[in-house]
Formats: sequence, structure tokens, C-alpha cells
Amino acid sequence: MLEEQDIRAFVHGTTRYFEVAAQQAASVGSPYLVTEGAPDSHDYSGVISVSGRRNGVVYFSAPRGMLTVLLMKMNESNVSHEYLCDLVGEVANTIAGNVRRDMGKDFAISVPTVVTGAGNTVELPPGGRPVVIPIHWRSHVAKLVVCLQ
Amino acid sequence: MAAYAPALPMQLKLLIVDDSNVIRRRIERCQQIEHLQVVGLASNGVEAIEVFRRTDPDVVTMDITMPEMDGIECVEQLVALKPDVLILIISALADKATAVEAMEKGANGFLNKPFSDRQLNEALEELIGGA
Repeated sequence: MLEEQDIRAFVHGTTRYFEVAAQQAASVGSPYLVTEGAPDSHDYSGVISVSGRRNGVVYFSAPRGMLTVLLMKMNESNVSHEYLCDLVGEVANTIAGNVRRDMGKDFAISVPTVVTGAGNTVELPPGGRPVVIPIHWRSHVAKLVVCLQ
Repeated sequence: MAAYAPALPMQLKLLIVDDSNVIRRRIERCQQIEHLQVVGLASNGVEAIEVFRRTDPDVVTMDITMPEMDGIECVEQLVALKPDVLILIISALADKATAVEAMEKGANGFLNKPFSDRQLNEALEELIGGA
């Protein structure tokens, strides 16, 4: 189960990503618990498996438009499907990796995998209760989903 | 009388290692150190060693979380090949233990992701200037 300080660490990692990488702050909505099923995904989801001190998944899910603008803000001219997949995985990896500042080295993270297609669901650990952190950036809405046991 | 020839800064060769193509291209595009020339790109530790042997870089930027071989193991192998190579870890892993482990294996600097262009160039300047 996630504690408040864990959620705070993920929120901080998310806001820091946009501040530094995109040089434009994102705002974060109130995190909420999904009690049944898995949260809906946007066009692209970067998924990180977590093992060690905690087990589960962390994923960042965003619409194509948001990732396209994010790439452009990073002065990347290639906004192909391949690059959008690469970026969504990198965002997930960066947010999950930054959390080790609070959770320590035993919070082991995998390389990212990417799920594409809005409405597809990311496989969650059995019995996992995901917490969704809504992310608002420019006119776009994305989400960070944290499901840890 | 000998002609005066001002000393030119030595050209240094840079290898960029990261499993993200977006990040590799970003480092390549944003690094503005005049005498640092990108000679190779690699997407994991195994590929990095192969490119390293071929291009003999002086400076390496190294991710940690990568498939095939992670950055920590790769640092150890690169340092064994060339003890005076300068290695800047650029990783999302923000815990102190990982940074200490990387330095113990032979890395010379550590920059956390996400990073700004300024932070990247400052870290590279410090790395090269401190050599």
C-alpha cells in the first residue's frame, strides 16, 4: 500500500521532470485510488516494473499531442511514433528512478516497456490497488499510475 | 626566430551511451564544449564496449539502467580498458548509494536526469576541467 510520503515522492518527481526537461511546470491534480480494475491508458504508456523493497508497476501514460509538444520543447524535430515511444519510456524511467532519492537503492526498477493505443490497459500485479496522479501540462492531461505492494 | 603559435585546446572524443535515442540525440545536440567531438553512440553496455574499442574516446556519458549490460558494469570494463577515460554518469537513479557505487567503479562525475542544457554543459566542463 502506498503511504502519503510515497505519493509525495512521485508527485515531486513528476513536477520536477516537466520543470527541468520541458522548462515549463506541470500541475498535479489530487491523487486518487482506483478500487476496481485498471485505469484507462492514453495513446502511449511507459511502464516500469518495480522489485526489491516494493513490488509492482509505475507507468506514465500520455496522449500523442502532449508527447509531441514535449519532444519539440526539447528541440527534437523527429516526432515519429518511434520517438514518442522512446520518450514516454524515458519519462517513466526518470520519474521512477528519481523516487530512489527517497526509497533508496532497494527500490529496483526495470528498463521501460511501452504500451500503445488509448484504452488499452497495463497489466497490474494481482490484488494491486493503483493510485492515479493526474498531470496537467499546457492543454494536455496525462497520468502517472503507481501500483505497488 | 620561432613563430609564435598559440596552444590550441586538445580535441577530446566523446562517446554517448544511453538506451534512449531521444536522450542520446539531446546530449549530442546540447553539448557545447568546443573541443569535444562526438565519435560514437551506444544504446547499452555491450554496444558501448564495442564502440569504445573502435573509437577510443576520452570522455564517456553513461546511463545506468539499460538492457544487456547496465552502466555500472560497463564503467568497470571501460576503466579496465583505459584507466584515464573520463566518465560522466547521466542517470535517473537518484539515490546516493548508486552514485557512490558508480564512482567506486571508476566514474568521475554524476548528473541526475532530468537535466537542463546548462546543467549538462556545466557537468561536462567540470569533468574535463577536473582531469
